[in-house]
Amino acid sequence: MRSHHHHFAVSTDGPDKNDDVERAKCEGKEMTKEEKQRLRKEKKQQKKSKEKKDDAASQESEKGKKSDGKSSPASQPLPKPTTQKAPSAVPAPAPFPMPASEAPAPADKPAKSKAELKAERRARQEADRASKQGSKKGEVGPQASAGKPKAPPSELQPVVKRLPEHMQVDNPDVLKKLAKKLERQQIPLRLDYGYKVSLFSHLHQYSRKAPLTQQLSIPSTVIHPAIVRLGLQYSQGIVAGSNARSVALLHAFKQVISDYTTPPNEELSRDLVNKLKPYISFLNQCRPLSASMGNAIKYIKKEISNIPSQCKEEEAKRKLLNCIECYINEKIILAAKAIAKYSIEKISDGDVILVYGCSSLVNHILCEAFEKAIKFHVIVVDSRPRLEGREALRRLVQRGISCTYVLISAVSYILPEVSKVFLGAHALLANGYVMSRVGTSQIALVAKAFNVPVLVCCETYKFCDRVQTDSFVSNELDDPDDLIVTRKGKTQLEDWQQVDSLGLLNLVYDVTPPDFVDLVITDLGMIPCTSVPVVLRVKNVDQ
Amino acid sequence: MPGPDKETDLTERIEAFLSDLKRGGSGTGPLRGSAEMARETTSLLRRITAQARWSSAGDLMEIIRKEGRRMIAAQPSETTVGNMIRRVLKIIREEYARSRGSSEETDQQESLHKLLTSGGLSEENFRQHFTALKANVIEAINELLTELEGTTDNIAMQALEHIHSNEVIMTIGRSRTVEAFLKDAARKRKFHVIVAECAPFCQGHKMATSLSKSGIETTVITDAAIFAVMSRVNKVIIGTQTVLANGGLRAVNGTHTLALAAKHHSTPLIICAPMFKLSPQFPNEEDTFHKFVSPHEVLPFTEGEILSKVNVHCPVFDYVPPELITLFISNIGGHAPSYIYRLMSELYHPEDHEL
Repeated sequence: MRSHHHHFAVSTDGPDKNDDVERAKCEGKEMTKEEKQRLRKEKKQQKKSKEKKDDAASQESEKGKKSDGKSSPASQPLPKPTTQKAPSAVPAPAPFPMPASEAPAPADKPAKSKAELKAERRARQEADRASKQGSKKGEVGPQASAGKPKAPPSELQPVVKRLPEHMQVDNPDVLKKLAKKLERQQIPLRLDYGYKVSLFSHLHQYSRKAPLTQQLSIPSTVIHPAIVRLGLQYSQGIVAGSNARSVALLHAFKQVISDYTTPPNEELSRDLVNKLKPYISFLNQCRPLSASMGNAIKYIKKEISNIPSQCKEEEAKRKLLNCIECYINEKIILAAKAIAKYSIEKISDGDVILVYGCSSLVNHILCEAFEKAIKFHVIVVDSRPRLEGREALRRLVQRGISCTYVLISAVSYILPEVSKVFLGAHALLANGYVMSRVGTSQIALVAKAFNVPVLVCCETYKFCDRVQTDSFVSNELDDPDDLIVTRKGKTQLEDWQQVDSLGLLNLVYDVTPPDFVDLVITDLGMIPCTSVPVVLRVKNVDQ
Repeated sequence: MPGPDKETDLTERIEAFLSDLKRGGSGTGPLRGSAEMARETTSLLRRITAQARWSSAGDLMEIIRKEGRRMIAAQPSETTVGNMIRRVLKIIREEYARSRGSSEETDQQESLHKLLTSGGLSEENFRQHFTALKANVIEAINELLTELEGTTDNIAMQALEHIHSNEVIMTIGRSRTVEAFLKDAARKRKFHVIVAECAPFCQGHKMATSLSKSGIETTVITDAAIFAVMSRVNKVIIGTQTVLANGGLRAVNGTHTLALAAKHHSTPLIICAPMFKLSPQFPNEEDTFHKFVSPHEVLPFTEGEILSKVNVHCPVFDYVPPELITLFISNIGGHAPSYIYRLMSELYHPEDHEL
């Protein structure tokens, strides 16, 4: 890590250096490397001073153990396991900005120090407990992670997760921080639209008629045109569906990497990651990132930072492009083939299969099964306002599969005829809940009431270590104007904005509890819903 | 002569009513509410009683049954018509029995002994002529009409007993009874209403605009979000098209899903249904239970050539079993679903269940 030597630096920058930074920002150019470093240093020092104050209480026990702990290798278990898991995906509250996931690293200072305070308190508790037991176990605390590159999965670190910004829209501090960060990255901020239902005031709600690209200046020097196009495609719904979005993202990143040239005195591994950050913020503003996209971005960043510094630029770029190709091939295309193979064992002659909406994976499975000359009938269930089922219907009918089409309100009429339900997933959460298009949980509920087996098909790269129990805390609110419909020349909800007490709610996702799901078919095999954290753990050990 | 004129006038009115029924029930859900339908049927039956030629109660019942069968055949899904006919037949039987002087008690309670020995009420009893019968029957039908006028208000009056403040209430589609119910409660209490729009007819939109204009906090959600939102809902209050004899419902499609979601979250499901919606049918007749409308509502003709290769269904009604229902609120008070059979025996005579 590059900033080890900054670890205990105490020098303070003068106020004149700050002015330079401000000037650079006002001029709208990209800040030079020195200015960025200065900013980073300042922030680090402020954090350090805070830490020093907190450390004063637990200095003795901690300092003593630190010297022993640093020399001993990492795999020493804590005296008591903490309540939180330690998947490698979460950024530890490190004092220096590690290239973490898309969460803003240097920006969230107060939130970070709160998290740090918590970590501090916990560290003190652990230290006290350890001192009581009189054993010299591995220490905990932010300084500890300095010595180890990454926590091995066997040690349970008290990782404090930072709440993502898109779930804290009702907190004005977070919004201010986001605005500052976007300003620094020179990306326009997207404004919320329309009256938000009070239950969802913590989420963003954007209008499709006001895409972010209208606020960009032409030519935009900060954002690559492939990314601008991608962002527009996301926000208008032209590219939809989690596989499609991830593949589009990876292709756009391939374009970015091949167009990239390392500036002088910079290393590709560090600079490229920093270049990608504003792109990711921009895409996030266009449409909140999905879990699969998040995992893909993490993978790319890891690959980039693992490029050795002596590698020539051409070779490094070639390697990265190859990595991305491999990722798409392995995690999406081959995974789909594997899942289709497993699923075909579950489809037999004479089956009536119910599918919901348009899942690329489920469509692939059905087409494969049809190729294998299994005779089955498909019922496609659709819902307003997206009406994605029509797309699935077109694809299936083109292949020659016999289909029926109903809306979701008719599902309890049609379910007595159904023998199996196949559902796609947007993400699988660590507590076994399936996050998918809104309406999926409803179909699973009714299928359970009629005793019809529900099978969820999901690739492993969509597994996510978040936990969630209801559809409120983290969701996406789509444009509320989509609900307006004109029937027989009358549009009832036309002036819904004028009426004070009327709100329209257009949810995008919902979570299905694991007791509604009978089986999850992944590329690793057929597992029950509750085995998702096991798969995550195995994957982390591999990486 | 006044006689034939009256008769032709009567037949004209009956024909007009029948064609109205045939037209009104087709397509986009009920064009007029069931209450209006019930009122029209009852006034028509009163007119038949007044103007048709009959000498004894049996004749009148025959005439009404004949016309009733035609009305039901014109629009089988409109069960209020059949219900009103059965009510009027019961009225006729009661008035006849009262005129004859026999107490109603012995007639109604069909003891096992009576069933085995006498084989039920004998038909020829209705052949006696009573001069006052016509007037009595018409008076009783007027009472029935007044009852029908006041059903919505009676139900709305009970609103404050069931809704407390800061509740979140969910409803689906559009029901005039539920609208009046919620508006009445909103005069004194503040609560939030979530309306499921109920595709493809989207009646929920009209309900939402109407409620929000009365100052109630309303949110419109899609049908797909019913389960997602249900965890925050305190009560589900819906209307229905028909209440079946076993306590189940024939309600607008999507209601079964709503009832299952409410059961999963242990949220009470309250049905606001006036008594004239109670029908002595059971849900076992699969072919007559469902009604379908044009699949154009679901998959429009603009979709092109896939239309010829795809089956499209657009059912209008859903069956909700009585186990999922918590309470019925009717104009005579609140009842559990298990009590419905008793109410039915008070409203209709068992011999009239099959017209």
